[in-house]
Amino acid sequence: MSSTATHDDHHHAPPSGFGRWLFSTNHKDIGTMYLIFSLIMLFLGGSMAMLVRAELYFPGLQFLEPDLFNNMVTTHAIIMVFGVVMPAAAGMANWMIPLQIGAPDMALPRLNNLSFWLLPAAATLLILSIIVPFFGGGAPVNTGWTLYPPLSVQAGMGMDLLIFTLHVLGISSILAAINIVTTILNMRAPGLTMMKLPLFVWAWLFTAILLIMIMPALAGGVTMLLFDRHFGTSFFDAAGGGDPVLFQHLFWFFGHPEVYVLLLPSIGVLGIIVPTFARKPLFGYKSLVWGMGVLLLLGMVVWAHHQYTIGMSVAATNYFMIGTILISIPVGLMLFNFMFTMWRGAMTFETPMLFAISIILMFSFAGTTGVMLAVVPADLQYHDTYFVVAHFHYALIPGALFGLYAGVFYWLPKWTGHMYNETLGKIFFWWTTIGFNLTFFPQHFSGLAGMPRRIVDYSVQFVEFNQISSIGAFIFGLSHLLFVYIIIQTVRGGPKAGDMPWEGAQIGTPGLEWTLPSPPPFHSFETPPTVK
Amino acid sequence: MSNRLRKPCIAFAVPSMLLASGAAFAEYKLNFPEPVSPVTREVFDLHMMTATVALIIMVLVTIVIVYSIFKFRKSKDYQADQEFHNGWFGTWSWLFVPAIVLGIDLTIAGSASSTFDLIEDKTPADLTVKVTGSQWKWTYEYMEDDVKIVSSLLPKEEAGDLYLRTVDNPLVLPVDRRVRFLHTATDVLHAWWVPAIAVKKDSIPGYINETWTIIEKEGNYHGQCAENCGTGHAFMPIQVNAIAGDEFDKWMTEQKGLKLAKAAEAASGKVWQLAELMTKGEELYNKNCSACHKPDGSGIPPVFPALKGSAIAMGDISKHLDVVINGASGTAMAAWGKQLDDLDLAAIITYERNAWDNNTGDAVQPSDVKAAR
Repeated sequence: MSSTATHDDHHHAPPSGFGRWLFSTNHKDIGTMYLIFSLIMLFLGGSMAMLVRAELYFPGLQFLEPDLFNNMVTTHAIIMVFGVVMPAAAGMANWMIPLQIGAPDMALPRLNNLSFWLLPAAATLLILSIIVPFFGGGAPVNTGWTLYPPLSVQAGMGMDLLIFTLHVLGISSILAAINIVTTILNMRAPGLTMMKLPLFVWAWLFTAILLIMIMPALAGGVTMLLFDRHFGTSFFDAAGGGDPVLFQHLFWFFGHPEVYVLLLPSIGVLGIIVPTFARKPLFGYKSLVWGMGVLLLLGMVVWAHHQYTIGMSVAATNYFMIGTILISIPVGLMLFNFMFTMWRGAMTFETPMLFAISIILMFSFAGTTGVMLAVVPADLQYHDTYFVVAHFHYALIPGALFGLYAGVFYWLPKWTGHMYNETLGKIFFWWTTIGFNLTFFPQHFSGLAGMPRRIVDYSVQFVEFNQISSIGAFIFGLSHLLFVYIIIQTVRGGPKAGDMPWEGAQIGTPGLEWTLPSPPPFHSFETPPTVK
Repeated sequence: MSNRLRKPCIAFAVPSMLLASGAAFAEYKLNFPEPVSPVTREVFDLHMMTATVALIIMVLVTIVIVYSIFKFRKSKDYQADQEFHNGWFGTWSWLFVPAIVLGIDLTIAGSASSTFDLIEDKTPADLTVKVTGSQWKWTYEYMEDDVKIVSSLLPKEEAGDLYLRTVDNPLVLPVDRRVRFLHTATDVLHAWWVPAIAVKKDSIPGYINETWTIIEKEGNYHGQCAENCGTGHAFMPIQVNAIAGDEFDKWMTEQKGLKLAKAAEAASGKVWQLAELMTKGEELYNKNCSACHKPDGSGIPPVFPALKGSAIAMGDISKHLDVVINGASGTAMAAWGKQLDDLDLAAIITYERNAWDNNTGDAVQPSDVKAAR
């Protein structure tokens, strides 16, 4: 007996030093590392966007050569998608899923360690791909994140490094996804049936399934690209009997569901936050779960709406158009449910709720421009213009990034044991939301006026909207310094949070994470809680 | 206001201009350019229809949210209705919300589908223009008349305010005739887009895509390459000059005459002097080759190698001829044999062998090119 007691003592405290992080198998530590990694990458990717907007403030070439400009555009996108949103969502999953389902840890803790530590390796490869052109590594990757051949075959060594980056990121994502699916299906507390799961857990279950299905398509596509570049194959070379459009199909078979990989975790966060601050149960829980399932299925079969202009048959085009427009059904239902969760509630407006409400509004707007873009004849005009840029930033910044910000403010008291500064939080919300809208709203108009994407220099007729956009971008970008300040301030100290800092956090949901102290002990739920 | 004055003014006055009167706002282009063909007009109407639906939805969503924010707040002591989601509304909304959305969706899809049929309408055309995108210029071939135009960026000094929207040789088209465009590319993806007259489809190597138009109004229409094609993507503008049918016929006859005269000159057997070839070659080089190999011959290595001091430009003439005429397989170098005549190629090759201190002293003759083909 005494040996067991010693053994337990040994496990209660986290190991000290660097080894705690490098060899960590603890879901909270790994979650923290994911979140810190994505915050660093947010600043890297964001500063690239600032460079792009600075270049576009005036027509003419100011700071960036054309290839370097498009390299910044490309790398900004890859960092934001793979380095910021996915790791931040994975970090939140690591922290919250075991707490929300009453599990001691993730099902596969060592795999968890590997899936995180692959990320810094991938980030190193990615940064190398930007740097090598300056040391004789050939032309920079100037293709945009879609990496369309034949242009991507022309690029220099940076392209190969980018391909390897995507391979490593893909492995990391698949491993993390397997871990999450296993955890959710096997580690739930007794009595916690699937239809009692918090929406965030459901959202991540769908996200993880989606990742396992789509990542191999991307890995295959970029591997074929690598072979075309170096081993004399011609998968995508028309002169060798290949087809440049094949890559687009492979890429978007991954790329469109990827959008839902980015969105669903944040939808899950909304499903937690809106009921909390409306102080009433989630409206339409079942239809939200089913809606996400339908979204997953529809999302898998509409990829070619990103490539209407390639000249598909009339029948195929009509199929992809109708499939795409139908996506408005599950998405519309979700937004409807969130709106009617607020209806007849008793709302208060703390920072997470402010973000949630603005997300519902702005994401609805992205949805309506999405329907406009789904309509083929009109898309043949919108395609590859700033209208598209505006649309997907409206979808992804509120839909993914702001959802994660809301989650950070909502769970920061649980993670650190301290309340964040509410006034600063609200200032951050208004600062960042106004900056975001000022940046991207005018881009709808420059797109309609005829400004294409990915151009380093533009005609004087587009000056006004670009300047508003650039000013907005700097306001938006700078607001994130405040975000980091708030986080550091909260981690270092502040008023004690208590076990459940939000009054409505357990309404209509088991809310197991709130039964633990804040911050939770290093090992949580050593004996499983029971859910009635 | 002059352009030089405008920039700093706008930079500092944007926020105030946003609040300024509607008259000032009218200067900004808020929508597509005015459509001037049956296709673009239908697409424009469809765009306005979906935009209106979007606006209505946004107004409804905003009303519900703003009302909730003001009405259902704890600070007004509103008691949350804990059973709201169990009422008839909560029980059946999963059914009627999708039904309403489906109705809107099918209405939009129906009218979109009929507009798409118009875009894909394959009625025989009066005129076919093959549009070929290459890094970074457009080549237009009038298929019936066997006339070709190469169109590239007009430099800033000449283009003025239309810089990046205008070209040296615009595509000339007649109004009120049905024109069919065939889109393809020689190197990477491009997209030929002039929003006022036709929708865009990608120019893809190995593919031929088709669009059509009937331009109803004379005028100059502008556009630019929409699909990222690399370094010069921003520098690939498009201009279409639409003129009356009889003027177009006159123009076409003129072009055919010029073409014959040029062919005769190339085939005349005249022995050209180095200086003559250099003058001609410099102009042609700057038009056709300098986008990749740069005006000073330094290239953009490694994709576009330097010609200054290069082994090919200073070595064996037959190898140089071969690369220029047939291209270099596995690289971005195009085969120029089909695009330029013997005299033009002779002039370009002579220029490359003597400019930038290459100084080989070789004067390549049209007959040499002919022999090498």
